[in-house]
Amino acid sequence: MTDYNFAYLDEQTKRMIRRAILKGLAIPGYQVPFASREMPMPYGWGTGGIQVSAAVLTPEDRFKVIDQGADDTTNAVSIRTFFERTAGVKTTTATAEATVIQTRHRIPEAPLTEGQILVYQVPIPEPLRFLEPRESETRKMHSLEEYGLMHVKLYEDISRHGHIATSYAYPVKVEGRYVMDPSPIPKFDNPKLGDMAAIQLFGAGREQRIYALPPYTQVVSLDFEDHPFDPSRADHPCGLCGAEDSYLDEVIVDDAGGRMFVCSDTDYCSARQAAGHTGKDAA
Amino acid sequence: MIELRNVSKTFTLHNQDSTVIEVVNDVSFTVGRGECVALTGASGAGKSTLMRMIYGNYLTQAGEIRIGDLNLVQAKPREIIALRREVLGYVSQFLRVVPRVPTQDVVAEPLRAVGVSAEDAQARAQDLLTRLNIPERLWSLSPTTFSGGEQQRVNIARGFAHAYPAMLLDEPTASLDAANREVVLSLIEDAKARGAAIIGIFHDEAARARVCDREIDVGRFTPGLAA
Amino acid sequence: MTPLLSVQGITKRYGAHIGCADVSFDLYPGEVMGIVGESGSGKSTLLSCLAGHLTPDAGQVVFDTRADGPRDTVTMAEPERRMLGRTDWAFVHQHARDGLRMGVSAGGNVGERLMAVGARHYGDIRNKATDWLDRVEIDAARVDDRPTTFSGGMQQRLQIARNLVTGPRLVFMDEPTGGLDVSVQARLLDLLRGLVRDMGLSAIIVTHDLAVVRLLADRLMVMKSGHVVEAGLTDQVLDDPQHAYSQLLVSSVLQV
Repeated sequence: MTDYNFAYLDEQTKRMIRRAILKGLAIPGYQVPFASREMPMPYGWGTGGIQVSAAVLTPEDRFKVIDQGADDTTNAVSIRTFFERTAGVKTTTATAEATVIQTRHRIPEAPLTEGQILVYQVPIPEPLRFLEPRESETRKMHSLEEYGLMHVKLYEDISRHGHIATSYAYPVKVEGRYVMDPSPIPKFDNPKLGDMAAIQLFGAGREQRIYALPPYTQVVSLDFEDHPFDPSRADHPCGLCGAEDSYLDEVIVDDAGGRMFVCSDTDYCSARQAAGHTGKDAA
Repeated sequence: MIELRNVSKTFTLHNQDSTVIEVVNDVSFTVGRGECVALTGASGAGKSTLMRMIYGNYLTQAGEIRIGDLNLVQAKPREIIALRREVLGYVSQFLRVVPRVPTQDVVAEPLRAVGVSAEDAQARAQDLLTRLNIPERLWSLSPTTFSGGEQQRVNIARGFAHAYPAMLLDEPTASLDAANREVVLSLIEDAKARGAAIIGIFHDEAARARVCDREIDVGRFTPGLAA
Repeated sequence: MTPLLSVQGITKRYGAHIGCADVSFDLYPGEVMGIVGESGSGKSTLLSCLAGHLTPDAGQVVFDTRADGPRDTVTMAEPERRMLGRTDWAFVHQHARDGLRMGVSAGGNVGERLMAVGARHYGDIRNKATDWLDRVEIDAARVDDRPTTFSGGMQQRLQIARNLVTGPRLVFMDEPTGGLDVSVQARLLDLLRGLVRDMGLSAIIVTHDLAVVRLLADRLMVMKSGHVVEAGLTDQVLDDPQHAYSQLLVSSVLQV
């Protein structure tokens, strides 16, 4: 296993990334540029998250990877295997047991605790990008707190759909200062971002940005007075564990349009089933 | 109210061998409140030029032109703008307006500019247009499409909308029929009665005799003609 | 009376080439000033310096701010200047697409400046946007349409609405009627005149169209090779131009 340096990246690179992480933690929500490395996987597969994970992992850590809440999808399995092989760290699927959790598009249902680190994979870190294509201009807007444009996006949503239709990557304001893209998590997860006990780190490999939320940071989802933020959820209990407070995936089960709703967080769901909860579709 | 002292004007045509044309030289006269003075003289004597100098439209090279307390020759643009808005009215022979603006608004505009409410300004405009026999169906149309006589009457209505203490009238009765000519002359008499100082150019001798208290022959100020 | 804008000795060079040199003037509340001159005469450079889009090499642009009275906007901190740019100042570009967000609805375009200064009530923002569309003669039913579906004249009117919604006191206009049909131009000029009067706006209009300045501007500056060669009342400069270049400019206009 010693063919690789611990956690794949060389120590200089990890140092560079840690510096970016520390800066990000010092200025919550601020996008810190970093020299993103080529990783042995394509952009869009979590190269930013992997570099952040590699920089924070220690040999004693227990590592968990989820993709859309699931531990067993291709992306999650390959990243988990990557660190088993290059760092030799123990891995787990249990949220409570993990010390570092890399995630794509979800925050685990079980509350995280102090001492845990949640690493997000971020495709496009700039929340203003879709309305203002110039990087020089968006940087200036962040530095001068000119965030009117962010509300223009929400305004457009309401004018077109009658309500704020943005359902993922819902923009937030951090500690009353920086507007931040929380990565493409469902807006259902937005309330968990704020006041979280764990450290949250965001890595965008292709865009070469790292940003962070230290524990117990104030995070507010943007909205209008007459269209307040609403973390919506499908109006069903989980078909397998009966949970009524979790984020659900809709699964098509046959050719006749049959479908069921199940927890997107597989660990949460199986833990509940093991504890004896059952839903109406449980086998 | 209006006082000219040793006023002279030349045109320098830079693009035509810098030819210098002397137009008027050493003009001095005064017009008091409630007085109407006619400028006379042959064509080319400089009547219109002098009128435009008094309005600040042409630059005066030497002398003083006082309207009320302001010396126009040395005044800043914004002082002249304020003067034209509040004190000095000018009825030219040509109507110059933004296309598309309704006649009624064209006439009401000088009143709006001095802060009269929209309703009062419109009421005054309607009154003037009625007196000058502009049919009501034309009020909502732009005067740019009107006949020459109609345009002239709109121009007069606009010029008399606000009660200026000083007025310049360039051929106010030209191309008007007898009835409308009568209306214009009575407007001038009204203005005199309320104390306006008026300088006019009238080719219409009968009109001149009726409203003017004095005549000033501009020809005697014209270099070349006076000699 | 304090000038709204007091400009002193504004100079901008591009290397050895002079953009504009030693331009000074005072603009008072409610005044509209035109700047005319041929292409390359420095009028657009001057406008950019005044509006804070370019940093002049020398000179002052003192604006009478609401909060702190006269302040030099050249040396003012950028956040303050940008704040002026979306509150008390407005800039109407020649090409509407430079001044609009083409991917955002008409309502969003008008509402942006409101949201930029803290408006957070969707209903209020939308009502204000609709009201402004009406004021610039755009059918309120088009509030959710993108400007890409608008004609050139409508786009220009939308740009004006977007700029005036926060009640600015000074409007910079760069060839506001350029590239529009003559009939559309007239409508726009009429609209601008009404807005200038009703809102008590001051404006600086750069154009090469003498008819536009005659109708809109109280005062006029004629520029040539970066220098102001003549300034004065608009009708005086146009009817009795003193400088050789002004005479040439006025006599070169085609009569219709």
